Amino acid sequence: MIRYTIGRLTSLILSLVVASVVIFAVVEVIPGDPAAYMLGVNARPDTVAALRAELGLDVSLPQRYLAWTTGMLQGDFGQSYTYRSPVSQMIADRVWVSVPLALFALSMTVLIAFPAGIYAASRRGKAGDITVMGATQLGVAVPNFWFGMILVLIFAINLRWFSAGGFPGWDQGLFTGLKALFLPAIALALPQAAILARVMRSSLLDMLGEDFIRTARAKGLSRRQALWRHAVRNALIPVLTIIGLQFSFLLAGGIVIEQIFFLPGLGRLIFQAISARDLIVVESVVMLLVFLVIMVNFTVDLAYAAVDPRLRART
Amino acid sequence: MKHITKLLLAGSTALFASAAAAQQTHIRVAMQLEPPHLDPTSAAAQAIDAVVYSNIFEGLTRFMSDGSVVPGLAESWEISEDGLTYTFHLRDGVTFHDGTTMDAEDVKFSLDRARAEDSANAQKALFTSIADVTVIDPLTVQLTLSAPNGSLLFNLAWGDAVIVAPESIEDIATNPIGTGAFMFSNWVQGDRIDIARNPDYWGTPANLETATFRFISDPTAAFASVMAEDVDVFTGFPAPENLPQFEADPRFQVLVGNTEGETILAMNNQRAPFDNVLVRQAVAHAIDRQAVIDGAMYGLGTPIGTHFAPHHPDYVDLTGISQYDPERSRELLAEAGFADGFDTTLKLPPPSYARRGGEIIAAQLRAVGINAEIENQEWAQWLESTFRGYDFGLTIVSHTEPMDIGIYANPEYYFQYDNAELQELMATLDVTSDPAARSEMLAEAQTIIAEDYVNGYLFELAFPTVARAGIEGLWLNQPTSAIDLTGVTWP
Repeated sequence: MIRYTIGRLTSLILSLVVASVVIFAVVEVIPGDPAAYMLGVNARPDTVAALRAELGLDVSLPQRYLAWTTGMLQGDFGQSYTYRSPVSQMIADRVWVSVPLALFALSMTVLIAFPAGIYAASRRGKAGDITVMGATQLGVAVPNFWFGMILVLIFAINLRWFSAGGFPGWDQGLFTGLKALFLPAIALALPQAAILARVMRSSLLDMLGEDFIRTARAKGLSRRQALWRHAVRNALIPVLTIIGLQFSFLLAGGIVIEQIFFLPGLGRLIFQAISARDLIVVESVVMLLVFLVIMVNFTVDLAYAAVDPRLRART
Repeated sequence: MKHITKLLLAGSTALFASAAAAQQTHIRVAMQLEPPHLDPTSAAAQAIDAVVYSNIFEGLTRFMSDGSVVPGLAESWEISEDGLTYTFHLRDGVTFHDGTTMDAEDVKFSLDRARAEDSANAQKALFTSIADVTVIDPLTVQLTLSAPNGSLLFNLAWGDAVIVAPESIEDIATNPIGTGAFMFSNWVQGDRIDIARNPDYWGTPANLETATFRFISDPTAAFASVMAEDVDVFTGFPAPENLPQFEADPRFQVLVGNTEGETILAMNNQRAPFDNVLVRQAVAHAIDRQAVIDGAMYGLGTPIGTHFAPHHPDYVDLTGISQYDPERSRELLAEAGFADGFDTTLKLPPPSYARRGGEIIAAQLRAVGINAEIENQEWAQWLESTFRGYDFGLTIVSHTEPMDIGIYANPEYYFQYDNAELQELMATLDVTSDPAARSEMLAEAQTIIAEDYVNGYLFELAFPTVARAGIEGLWLNQPTSAIDLTGVTWP
């Protein structure tokens, strides 16, 4: 288990280094000068040059890369060009919206998908299975931003149960915060739940055809007991993989949903920063997302090993 | 027991009453873009001025909603015979929000900072005629000009010329301290900015106690936020197609004001074939302005025939010079040697007037044989390649700076119009302060550029605001970017 963990850790660090180089290179080659953008059409060239110097944009690329990465290692993400405030502070504020939103959506995904998938698998070919599968088909096909718009139309504009968007802040109380994230979380969760339910179902069905289930049935367990005690646990491996991918998607995929519900999260920050060419913010937020995704994958890898002891032996 | 119930009841009624009253002194205003920071003197972003202009910061002079320039922090002024010396008398008893006094030293500091060598002021050109700023006494300041400047009082009304204090300049970007009727109180980046009434304001205090600005960029979300009554006012409402629905709803009022935004189809005057006036004329005649306004802006916008705001008293209606006439357009193209038309590029920045308008104009140009290939660009990209790099044939942009016909006298400005006659005229205008003579010269300048078909003149951008019924005192027009809440009242 230790060797396995060290192997995973090495690959994690390598991935982070490569990611930082790629992100920096890609973002810096996008055309558009942040200083010129900020000063607009009437600015004189000497003013733009003065601002470039003020922002530290007049030093060479490798120097900026080094300053950026060494700063990040110390927790300093630099100063935003447009907002003129520390990037780490901006990210810290936004993380408190994006991460709870992703977690909220993920728990909804699991809460919907697990029962639906297990129910469908246990009723294979019957009306219940067909209904669930039909619903998931719809869920997979419909994009989450459209779901979001429909939810706003029904629950915010017509019924007036929720506000159409915005986030009052956690200092207004846990309930108020969760209420503000409820519609966006559902919009994010439903399509993901549909995918996960389908994976859960097919993985369970595979397991139900395995020899060990027949053995379990032969030693006297009922169908239901065999399903719960043996099949579900073994079916979790592919499901965990998907959940890991989904969490990454929910974190990064919040960009569109955050726009629709005007939530002050990372997605919105990155959206604004790209159009304003606030390169350092874009780089740092993308790097943070990459870091989180890699961490999630790392955790999933460790979770595999926990669920399936055979994996520990490899590597 | 009865007594207690009664008391409780009375208490709760009082609570509700005060809650209802409290609601009437708070307003939630939404706008599309969030300001990057709150220093109006070091960026061009209109969202900054929208929040801080007149609310937090004030200048020596200021704009009213109708575009007129009135005294601001300067109560009065005298202009010397030769037009080279302006003596401003400041209002007495004006303090900044941090309690420090606003005096002539602050004025000198603000103006010197804006025109300094290393100044990051986006509109530095406004201050070029100022040669010196002298403090006469704490309430008198004298501006000496290098040459007479007929638009100095107008220039000083811009958000880029507001008075700031040396004591608070360090943190102006995140904690703006001005002299206005509202004080900055809080900013949740990405979500909202809160301001509160300044109890020590020198002028008429604001009716509202507090106000919140929210930033909602997605047009669908904008619609939902107003319909769900999450916001009370949406200024610069981004989806004109939704306006009729608000007009029909008794809960809301729709205000459509004008802006200083001349929306033009700019042509690269130095690049073939647009260096040929016949080709430019052909382009102008190929455009059906009303179709663009109806199709792209759902009818919002006033047709223009030159680069001047139609609501301005000196505006001359020259739309007849470039009337929609595809027949004539084809003849002109043939005359210019392009009987079979030609290929060019049409670069479109993000706003919907450009993206939607561009599609319609490309189709109209195709009808006369001009094949304009559309390329969508982000603002940063547009600024770098189109605006500064001159890499375009055609582009669509709205020039939102007030009174900016002077850009036609700058041959390096992106459409690169080089006409000595106009340059001389604008130079004379700069040093003329007689109103009648100025009007005449402005009319002449408008005619010169219209007859030279420098650009395709499309329409003046409209400014739609959706508000809860009964709210009064909002700015109808946008002579400068501002959401001035100082005079806003609830019913």
